[in-house]
Amino acid sequence: MSLLIFVIRRLIYTVPLLVCAVTVIFILVHSAPGNPIDYIIGEAGADSELVARLRAEMGLDQPMLVQLWRYVLQVLSGNLGYSLVSSAPVLDLILERFPATLLLMASQYTLSAVIGVLLGVLAARRPNSALDTTLTLLSLTSFSLPIFWLGQMMILAFGYHLDWFPIQGMSNLREGYTGWRYALDVAYHMVLPVVTLTIFNLGLIMRLTRASMLQVVGQDFVKVAYAKGHSERTVLLHHALRNALLPVVTVVGLEIPGLIAGAVLAETVFAWPGLGRLTFDAISARDYPLLMGMFIFISFFVIVANLLVDIIYGLLDPRIRYQ
Amino acid sequence: MSMSVPVTTSPPLTPGRRAWRRLRRQKAAVFGMSVTAVFLFTAIFAPWLAPYGLLDIGDSFVPPSPEHWLGTDSLGSDVLSNIIYGARTSLIVGVFAMATSSVIGITLGSIAGYFGGWVDDALMRLTELFQILPQFFLAIVIVALFGSSIWNIVLVIGILAWPVTARLIRAEFLTLKRRDFVEAARSLGMSDRDIIIREILPNALPPIIVNGTLQISGAILLETSLAFLGLGDPNIMSWGTMLHNAQEFFNRAWWMAAFPGFALFLATLSLNLIGDALNDVLNPKR
Repeated sequence: MSLLIFVIRRLIYTVPLLVCAVTVIFILVHSAPGNPIDYIIGEAGADSELVARLRAEMGLDQPMLVQLWRYVLQVLSGNLGYSLVSSAPVLDLILERFPATLLLMASQYTLSAVIGVLLGVLAARRPNSALDTTLTLLSLTSFSLPIFWLGQMMILAFGYHLDWFPIQGMSNLREGYTGWRYALDVAYHMVLPVVTLTIFNLGLIMRLTRASMLQVVGQDFVKVAYAKGHSERTVLLHHALRNALLPVVTVVGLEIPGLIAGAVLAETVFAWPGLGRLTFDAISARDYPLLMGMFIFISFFVIVANLLVDIIYGLLDPRIRYQ
Repeated sequence: MSMSVPVTTSPPLTPGRRAWRRLRRQKAAVFGMSVTAVFLFTAIFAPWLAPYGLLDIGDSFVPPSPEHWLGTDSLGSDVLSNIIYGARTSLIVGVFAMATSSVIGITLGSIAGYFGGWVDDALMRLTELFQILPQFFLAIVIVALFGSSIWNIVLVIGILAWPVTARLIRAEFLTLKRRDFVEAARSLGMSDRDIIIREILPNALPPIIVNGTLQISGAILLETSLAFLGLGDPNIMSWGTMLHNAQEFFNRAWWMAAFPGFALFLATLSLNLIGDALNDVLNPKR
């Protein structure tokens, strides 16, 4: 029964969440100082004819609930409005930049998950040993680091000072590489941002894994595994870790919005051509439709990502039959 | 950082005093508390400590030197003085945002946990909604729409951060409300309001204290992140604004980025160290 029905049910559940996100934006725009039109056409737009047309188009003379309903329908049909600066559809602007952000997030996430889980297991092996204390301190340090500052310091050290890695952008535009040379060039440009993000996210995953392992290793099935004569390595990595990962997956699912926020800040530092740079430019230009569209798009992304996390959780935990 | 030590009974050790003793034994906690003390001192006495005023402008891009220990920025103002004034901003943001979110979170969490039923259901759905919304982007939109004055930023961070507190308090209430002392209070005819405030709440506070220190560091990081993206209060010196300005002048003036960021890192690290140690001391169950 199962997976399909579960997925469909959760998909239906995402619609009201998305509607809530859209409603939040609607309420904000309408309670902000000034006229909603000001946020659509910007401060320069004093053209009264344009204002009148927009007013009619947006249905500002209609009751609030009607306006909200129209706005929700509009967003659900994929229309997030138009950028004030480039007047391109907001959704197009976002989708154009999103792959770069996704690439960065997926790479750093894979890295920090693997390293974080391994270090967490290592720390939990001998609780309160010197190694454990050191790793715990390092993990605290890692998530106390302001990510944008960490990025700046990476650029100073490995970019300007040692000149090992490129510090800006996603590829060398002057060379105009194609094919695998291009892929290699992108990978080369990715090193610093990915390392920065990994250092930042590693700590949390390690800490969670450690705490979760400590709870699991005391349980009977782990003792049984030892009693059967399995090596410590097998018991820890196969029996204990499999169970210890469940809470880690849950919390990491809750952290997805934080991951995107971190990526956006890091992208700004490294001039990575993803959503981060787009956000930064939208803020500088006070491009309200773009900022709001970004919020709605990322809400949608987070909701879908949480759905995926739930599915992974179900796959990892045989006790859960999605019901 | 003063832990409130109850003075109602002298020896044997009160729980507060015992916690304080255990805290003092952890090196990391002592480091955290010392740095936080320096941070507090700097923030409070900023105008007396800063070698230059915020409006004193000299040569731009002076490297660290005897006149300007940490150099000057692109406008020619002293980086050290700016960091000292920035401590004030961070302290204000951290403390007031934490207070805002605690008031909301404690109120809603207590009501949800104590009364249960549909009230609980409704409030928990609300916290879930708040937790799934991408808070950082919500903060960006709100601050962009409503203006980036420091109090707006405090309010936004406070309003976004309450769900964690509410969930913690609710969980405590769910177990505490079944205890005998609550039954006793009820049979004595105490009102619900008094039971919540006088009987249960004091016992539910330990996880909130831990969470509070983490929320202060979280709020400081969020404020500096917003300022770094260009959404800082233009009338106030913030470490995030300093890093925002440094971004352009990286190759010319490394000190513009290195020092304010290090101050920020030290502040959040020491608050997190305190939170971590408090967690060990106040919630030994793990």
